[in-house]
Amino acid sequence: MHPTDFSLRGALDALAEGAISSEELTRAHLDAIERLNPRINAYITVTAEQALARARESDARRARGEAGPLEGLPLAIKDLFCTEGVRTTAGSRILGNFVPPYESTVTANLLRDGAVFLGKANLDEFAMGSSNTTSAFGPVENPWSRRNDPDARLVPGGSSGGSAAAVAARLALGATATDTGGSIRQPAAFCGIAGIKPTYGRCSRFGIVAFASSLDQAGPVARTVEDCALLLRSMAGFDPKDATSAEVPVPDFAAACARGVRGLRIGVPQEYRLDGMPTEIEALWQRGLEWLRAEGAETVEISLPHTRYALPTYYIVAPAEASSNLARYDGVRYGLRVAEADGDLRDLYERTRAAGFGAEVKRRIMIGTYVLSAGYYDAYYLKAQKVRALIRQDFERAWERVDAIVTPATPSAAFGMDEKQDDPVTMYLNDVFTVTANLAGLPGLAVPAGLDAQGLPLGLQVIGRAFDEETVFAVGAAIERAADFRALPGLRAGA
Amino acid sequence: MSTTTTYTIEGRTGPWELVIGLEVHAQVISRAKLFSGAATAFGAGPNTQVSFIDAGFPGMLPVINRECVAQAVRTGLGLKAQINLWSRFDRKNYFYADLPQGYQISQYAHPIVGRGAVEIELADGTTKIIGITRLHLEQDAGKSLHDQHPAKSFIDLNRSGVALMEIVSEPDMRSPEEAGAYLAKLRQIMRYLGTCDGNMDEGSLRADVNVSVRRPGEGYRTRCEVKNVNSIRFVMQAVEAEARRQIEVWEEGGEVEQETRLFDTVRGATRSMRSKEEAHDYRYFPDPDLPPLVLDAAWVEELRAGLPELPDARRARYIRDFGLSPYDAQVLTAEKETALYYETVAKGRDPKLAANWVMGDLFAALNRTKRTIEDPPVRAEHLGALLDLMRDGTLSGKLAKEVFEAMVESGKSPGAIVEERGLRQVTDTGAIERAVEAVLAANADKVAEYRAGKEKLFGFFVGQVMKAMQGKGNPALVNEALKRRLA
Repeated sequence: MHPTDFSLRGALDALAEGAISSEELTRAHLDAIERLNPRINAYITVTAEQALARARESDARRARGEAGPLEGLPLAIKDLFCTEGVRTTAGSRILGNFVPPYESTVTANLLRDGAVFLGKANLDEFAMGSSNTTSAFGPVENPWSRRNDPDARLVPGGSSGGSAAAVAARLALGATATDTGGSIRQPAAFCGIAGIKPTYGRCSRFGIVAFASSLDQAGPVARTVEDCALLLRSMAGFDPKDATSAEVPVPDFAAACARGVRGLRIGVPQEYRLDGMPTEIEALWQRGLEWLRAEGAETVEISLPHTRYALPTYYIVAPAEASSNLARYDGVRYGLRVAEADGDLRDLYERTRAAGFGAEVKRRIMIGTYVLSAGYYDAYYLKAQKVRALIRQDFERAWERVDAIVTPATPSAAFGMDEKQDDPVTMYLNDVFTVTANLAGLPGLAVPAGLDAQGLPLGLQVIGRAFDEETVFAVGAAIERAADFRALPGLRAGA
Repeated sequence: MSTTTTYTIEGRTGPWELVIGLEVHAQVISRAKLFSGAATAFGAGPNTQVSFIDAGFPGMLPVINRECVAQAVRTGLGLKAQINLWSRFDRKNYFYADLPQGYQISQYAHPIVGRGAVEIELADGTTKIIGITRLHLEQDAGKSLHDQHPAKSFIDLNRSGVALMEIVSEPDMRSPEEAGAYLAKLRQIMRYLGTCDGNMDEGSLRADVNVSVRRPGEGYRTRCEVKNVNSIRFVMQAVEAEARRQIEVWEEGGEVEQETRLFDTVRGATRSMRSKEEAHDYRYFPDPDLPPLVLDAAWVEELRAGLPELPDARRARYIRDFGLSPYDAQVLTAEKETALYYETVAKGRDPKLAANWVMGDLFAALNRTKRTIEDPPVRAEHLGALLDLMRDGTLSGKLAKEVFEAMVESGKSPGAIVEERGLRQVTDTGAIERAVEAVLAANADKVAEYRAGKEKLFGFFVGQVMKAMQGKGNPALVNEALKRRLA
């Protein structure tokens, strides 16, 4: 077995048994990155020396009997998490030279638990995108390809495309990611791996470059549901440095994976049955529900009546917050500065931001600025907040009848890099099944459940009550066991 | 409360009334900033009190400083205002080099403190209630320095993120005097509460002054806002100057435009800063990084119970319990430190005598030595001891003045000075008898006149005796001896 093929759990066992060292495991991943990253472009920055040094330290800790819960596991870190002394770009030219003097809470938690960071994973610029094509550091290629068109280069999804592609291609055992409208779940589904966006407030946002503060939430992607559970347990926890972080205990998520679904009521929202949705997605969904019934769960048709307003609501709230969050990138204190010798302050702003931001980021700043403007605020931003409350209420009502909700993760499989690029709204439709969980602050997990006719992975989504990730993991793990998803992408280490 | 004649400014075409409202920005006394742990001391080197949060670094998040909230609540309670148990922070978005986040966190829609009232006293002895509309918490911006380099602006972020209270009044003031009295009263209340040091020179207290004028009996006309006025005197001058400018515009058939103006303290005039059309669209929206600020009613009551005595209550107590005149009570309570000094001196002593010494000799000494009541040349305990020496007859009033001057010079206690200089009053009746004898013998003619009925000569004899005794004679004993001998 190639060392990059371990699951996180498998690697932990092998490390514990002394079958492999963290240094060997790390080196195997660095070798794979060296070979495949020029093609896949999953990493913006690879910190090989640092990774090996940390792996050796980890081996020493383990030898001393001081192994942490993630001791020696090589991970990829989405380049939205600030890492002390390591360049953090957010996929943008404007932060192309930014080296944070501080560590995000989530990555600090992972380091505390013994993880080894291989490097910084590519992403859509400022996490704005569903295809990882808006990155200033080039697009990421999905390691999967179509059976009848193997040369077509496919997107890994976004915005955590680098994280998902790295994990799928065995360039990391797991990765951190963030999800504002689906940025964990959609790329996980496109790349045939698992990923969870936990409840809003479960992971600290301190040190994560902000996109939309009321929606952003960190979470893991990994090749199994249990691996996600292991990573999330380390990433999560109350942080006094984030006023929106929740002061709730972090349970043993991995233990919940083995709970089973007997007696659980699984909601099936009728509004997620879209016109024109590929039949194989509908079929996958029905298959997933059958698996759960076979395991003793009851499926219940439910209604989430405001679902159809979720996407427009999201594309008002998220750009509004982004337009304000991104105002700090002004060329004054750090990052890119483009200035004329005799220019004034306004000139500095205009040149810096014109050169520093890509087209999609500019589009969202403009949308966000518009919806917050005097005279439009009530019609757009305020209305969106009201609809958001209704969407939250839809779920509240649903939880009176069901324990979890299962839906498709995405309305399609991965698409080509040159597809869906003409019209931003077509691209935005990728998030149609995922944005609701962000708007309502609920945990949502994507789990690979099958392949489409082209041999591309398709995922299902499990949504749960706030701070009830355990039920989400239980349902996700049950789907994972039943699906027995063993297909592998063409581009991968050890292949 | 009473209203005398309304203050007006006489224009070419008749009298004009003034309508004034103030937005006061008061820096909260706190060790740390409103949303970061960085320090807030004045005068530190540029950019030395700046956290990554204050500098708007990527991924940095604000977390509310509970002490700043407590200070805002205390101030609200001191202004007899409604405390809102639910309030919220909004972002006010605009670009400027000294605003690192590109937005200021403020309370736009839901302030922490609602309606309140402040009573002001005017020179003619009348009082007036000025309504408080609201008080909210917000962050200060940094400082742009344009005079350090010919082509560049420098930015100092020490102030960035410092907690401010914006206190908005109703348009209840009608004269420069009222505006000045209101600001002075606000300052006094906050200094008593310990919520704002009120140092206007250091920018801890600034006022935006809203002024409009109208014909007597009219409704409101268009107002202008004069930004960032930083002394009570300048507020009064700015009101006057802006009112006169507006009167001229109206009288020349023009229309006052709503705009933001600046007060030029050198020229004593206001000038336009930006018009209504140029006003920013701040795109306020709730800050998604901060949950609503929810206060526990019991905590507010705890803060209320811990409030110090405020100036109005203290002044009333001085009049009631100490028998001081309203004027003396006003002067002694104007500053908390003066009141504390006075109370130390007056404790267990004659309160009126204590008031005379504090307001007379001590204030004169402060002026002369250019020292403050917080750092006085004579400690309150020492002044009290001096009063005791007068009461027990050790010192005459005249000697006490001499001792006091020596105390100012040396900072020593009155007892030490009396010992050192041998200033102890002579109570030896034998010595007094001898001096009286000598004075009467030397002024036989005056003695005859006195006995013939010219009784006012008694003072002359007292003076002569005291002179002979170098002022050390106990006046009561001297009087007694003289009366006996002249009888």
